[in-house]
Amino acid sequence: MQKKVMLGNEAIARGAYEAGCNVAAAYPGTPSTEILEAIAAQYPDIKAQWSPNEKVALEVVAGASVAGARAMAAMKHVGLNVAADPLFTFSYTGVNGGFVIINADDPGAWSSQNEQDNRHYARAAKLPMIEPTSPQEARMYTRLAFDLSEQFDRPVIVRITTRIAHSQGIVTLEEPCKPELKPFVRNPQKYVMIPAHARPRHVFIEEQMLKLKEYSNNCELNTIEWNSTKRGIITNGVAYQYVKDVCPDASILKIGVAWPLPDAKIHEFCSKVEELYVVEELDPFIEDYVRALGYKPVGKEIIPICGELTPEIIDMALNKKRPKNEIPVYSGSIPGRPPALCKGCPHGFVFEVLKKLDVVVNGDIGCYTLAVLPPYSAMHTQGCMGASIGMHLGFEKARGDEMARNSVAVIGDSTFVHSGITPLIDLVYNKGTGTVIILDNRVTAMTGHQDHPATGRTLKGEETHELDLELLCRAVGVKRVRKIDPKNMEEFEKAVREEIAAKEPSVIISSRKCILTK
Amino acid sequence: MKNVIFAGVGGQGVILASKILMQVAMNAGYDVKESEVHGMAQRGGSVDCHVRFDKQVYSPLIEKGTADFVVALELLEAMRKLEYLSPQGVLIVNRLKVNPAPVEAGIAQYPDDIESWLCSNVPHCHVVDTAQALKEAGSSRALNIVMLGVLSNFLEFEQRAWEEAIQQSVKEKFVDMNIKAFYLGKSIPVV
Repeated sequence: MQKKVMLGNEAIARGAYEAGCNVAAAYPGTPSTEILEAIAAQYPDIKAQWSPNEKVALEVVAGASVAGARAMAAMKHVGLNVAADPLFTFSYTGVNGGFVIINADDPGAWSSQNEQDNRHYARAAKLPMIEPTSPQEARMYTRLAFDLSEQFDRPVIVRITTRIAHSQGIVTLEEPCKPELKPFVRNPQKYVMIPAHARPRHVFIEEQMLKLKEYSNNCELNTIEWNSTKRGIITNGVAYQYVKDVCPDASILKIGVAWPLPDAKIHEFCSKVEELYVVEELDPFIEDYVRALGYKPVGKEIIPICGELTPEIIDMALNKKRPKNEIPVYSGSIPGRPPALCKGCPHGFVFEVLKKLDVVVNGDIGCYTLAVLPPYSAMHTQGCMGASIGMHLGFEKARGDEMARNSVAVIGDSTFVHSGITPLIDLVYNKGTGTVIILDNRVTAMTGHQDHPATGRTLKGEETHELDLELLCRAVGVKRVRKIDPKNMEEFEKAVREEIAAKEPSVIISSRKCILTK
Repeated sequence: MKNVIFAGVGGQGVILASKILMQVAMNAGYDVKESEVHGMAQRGGSVDCHVRFDKQVYSPLIEKGTADFVVALELLEAMRKLEYLSPQGVLIVNRLKVNPAPVEAGIAQYPDDIESWLCSNVPHCHVVDTAQALKEAGSSRALNIVMLGVLSNFLEFEQRAWEEAIQQSVKEKFVDMNIKAFYLGKSIPVV
């Protein structure tokens, strides 16, 4: 059997390939981006694409599944928020070809705006969720997810975290299977969710989740590793690996099916150990469940909810062991090395100007969010993809015309296509008069230079129609649209002054390629 | 178990260095795991990679106080990783200062006593000067591989095994250049 060192994300791509995945779609987002990149680079038979956002990606994948193909969407945790609407209803329709969603959480918020724990989605949307603890399991579980999806007629979520996505390990490769397309049979009772169809489907999915609970109780993904029964630890994901290292003598219930949780196995385990612990990253998801079954584990009172777990955090919590070396603490101050805009970055010119004009800047998600830090310190709000424009309109609604004359919204080209278009429509429709600056560097830069609809290139590097941002802004009703190279700072400043003074909606397209692209 | 941390600044190539170390360890029959940082850290931030190899490896992260080696490509980055060193752990640090953004912006200072402080406070500290090796390699971008060459003097793997791992880890046209850089690093006297 061939073995290879692989990144967790590459292992997921491999698992999809082995399962005969036919269609894959995603929007880039750390820590999930490399999954689709690996598919595009290594498995040319899979129809892989960047979609404008995660909601569209999930819908494309749902369509492919209903049409009979095995299909997979990949996204970061906050991407699933964007895709939550289709998620909850495709839970009702179920699948035809295997339908898999890779969800990458980011404990520690290494590259994210929050630390949400997406296990709650599985419970809320009534979907099975499985969780690998290593790159090897990432390959196996991804492959398995397609089978489970077809067996139980459920989209299946594979949840990883940053330390699975971006850790490497040895992966054994297996031969791919080549499933035929399943026939598409017209079945509106299953695929058209009018209320009359949704009600019986709800009954059906509750039945399926009971069957999945049975599966969860009996499958090898949830395993008891018996050792000394003095101490028993229930754990999941990468925390399992840390526990194996720092508590080699403990018995472990390893949870690989995050939802539905295995009641019978939990009972079996908890009833036989003297001290019971739950070690899990982020929320007390397993812990609360175990409590509801009547046990009293030690969990979040010693294992932090906030931040990423590490071996030493668990060692300290469970064994009261502090890291040891005798190197003294340096008495001076060690300057941090925060990420910063690159030298010559086109965003830098824009924020020089905005800093000078001292306007309120409603920001968005991308490299340019770094303008919140010195030397620019020129961003004042930011929440999620596309929020800049809606918030900008909200500022004007709350504080009136004066506000619009002293503020701008800034949003990257990729982020604008992702979810900036509808708020721009709102700004025009509801008679806003603010100025939006589209920071058009012709690439999704922050996540490592991916294409998007306005670059005219696909994930596979093929040429395609190039979305014309200027024309788009005009089509939604913005009459004042100009395109300026921000390196010409004088002209750019003049444009910003004029556009924010104008009492009608305006868009400035700051047009200059990312310094890191050729 | 061998625990190795590579630390550097975004763009210095610590991920490639760790990839080659993993490859050489796997070829020798070890289980290996590694953990790395993507995303925000790529924009000139601090980057580190944890590499572990043994008969069986569980955690991809090294526990603080247990690293056998910290290989730092920059002086400040060495300072950030000292708590990972085991009491017997070895620090290999490149004599290089790269100003972080706050220093460039004039709101923080780069301490001028880092090298002397490290030498007098870290029990097994080796400061290496890679300037000559990089000159001979023809590119400062070879720093990661030069430092890997320095590290190789402390590890059990044979020269041939390193060459093979480099061949497996970089594009064909860069193989010779990287092997050259590796040996330039290997021959830097470690004091």
